[in-house]
Amino acid sequence: MQNRRETLKQTAVVAGLLATAGFPQFAHAAFNKAAFDAKSVQDAIKAAGGSSLAESKDVTITGPDIAENGAVVPLGASTAMPGVKHMLILVEKNPAALVAMFHVTDAVEANFTTRAKMGQSSDVYAVAIMNDGKAMWAKKEVKVTLGGCGG
Amino acid sequence: MADPMRIRAQASGDKATVRVLMSHEMESGQRKDASGKLVPAWFIQEVTAKLNGKDVFSAEWGPAVSKNPFLQFAVKGAKAGDKIAVTWKDNKGESRTDEATVS
Amino acid sequence: MNKRNKKLALLITLPLMFTSWAAAQSQAEKDIDKYREMIADGNPADLWDAKGEALWKKKAGPKNASLEQCDLGLGPGVVKGAYVSLPRYFADANKVMDLEVRLSYCMKTLQGIDVKDQNYNKDDHKNIIALATYVAAASQGMPVNVPQSHPEEKRMYETGKIAFFYRAGPYDFSCATCHNADDKRIRLQGLPNLTKNEPAGRAFTSWPAYRVSNAQLWPMQKRIDDCLRLQRFPAPKFGSEATIALSVYMGVNGKGVKSLAPAIKR
Repeated sequence: MQNRRETLKQTAVVAGLLATAGFPQFAHAAFNKAAFDAKSVQDAIKAAGGSSLAESKDVTITGPDIAENGAVVPLGASTAMPGVKHMLILVEKNPAALVAMFHVTDAVEANFTTRAKMGQSSDVYAVAIMNDGKAMWAKKEVKVTLGGCGG
Repeated sequence: MADPMRIRAQASGDKATVRVLMSHEMESGQRKDASGKLVPAWFIQEVTAKLNGKDVFSAEWGPAVSKNPFLQFAVKGAKAGDKIAVTWKDNKGESRTDEATVS
Repeated sequence: MNKRNKKLALLITLPLMFTSWAAAQSQAEKDIDKYREMIADGNPADLWDAKGEALWKKKAGPKNASLEQCDLGLGPGVVKGAYVSLPRYFADANKVMDLEVRLSYCMKTLQGIDVKDQNYNKDDHKNIIALATYVAAASQGMPVNVPQSHPEEKRMYETGKIAFFYRAGPYDFSCATCHNADDKRIRLQGLPNLTKNEPAGRAFTSWPAYRVSNAQLWPMQKRIDDCLRLQRFPAPKFGSEATIALSVYMGVNGKGVKSLAPAIKR
């Protein structure tokens, strides 16, 4: 296991690389500010490079039907389709819809899970942006509620 | 310096499922403090991972990702003994890398 | 609608209302159970577990010692199994101590560290929380086995029972007001019946837990403190006899239940 000094050194090197070069090994280097600032689901998808939007049974959005607390809502986006460039997770009623954007390569499955903050009950979307720019989506409703007290 | 991540990577068949827990405030920038001022946004913007030194994963996050974020993804072709290194970088330029061995 | 029709209407609609309400209620509770399951893997409490493990092994304080010789009840340095057999009587301190009090005691005697602010939000107390998470995690899945062999341990159980049923404060609440019956809830939050074995054991071993609503790690002392706050009772002192007694009461009631800690909570 790394000792603290090695971890610090490594982190400093990584931080240096990131600060100067961004991620040169990836086509999408800079943080896509426009996509993350976009208010609506459609605008976010457009800013992320999605052109036509179509609902698709080949895209799966996973999440709870009720989230006991909106601070931590487990959401997953996946698809078995080939030719996917990005997988997006969006929460329609959040101040800015886009939660996360995952870049799909040959090295990873197009299957990602994270946890999001939801301000209120809302539809959540999984979007697959294909290599040709087509955006295929699936959605589900997640109800957000506060429980009672403690517990 | 930021607290270490917890990385678990488990091989099964021809892939390894990687689960990461990161320690980060993930401040959305929407929250007000006790005096009514907006707490500035502070969140992980980029997450990447390498398998045995080779880039395999990258993602961009916004401030809506939960505090102390959890991430799960699956790396193709990974097997027991391989090394997974995960790196996050936040909007203040802070960064953290941790490594784990695929079990 | 005249009186007779009104009565008829109620007679017909009330049972219908009740069944659909009850059904809706249990579906919501089922969905919440599913939500809890979904976030159980990848519990941020693991971050505290890791921190606690590092603190256990690190030399610190004026005595420049680690906590690896701390006796949590099963012998110096034995961590696995300690959490499910606490609180217990310690001869060296001549009192029944819970996990957090015992960790605080070891920090003082082994390391010379006197945790000044016994307040869960204060920096110097945070180490106790991390250590408690580490120790609790080491007993995950093991059956609760809070001892009742020493007379002090027995006295604490009886004291805990009295405290549990003791009504006070401006609302005349006791713990029993909320936790003495089955199928009670506050809004969507089910209230465990702490007088019964399974719910008591689950509640007892749910703390330390990561609370998603405030991203805080709450150990048992903090949980009891907050219950008392909700009862509009004055704040208890850290490690007060009342809090340890309540802990003993729940732990003994929960004997044999497999430990959940560290848990993840709303």
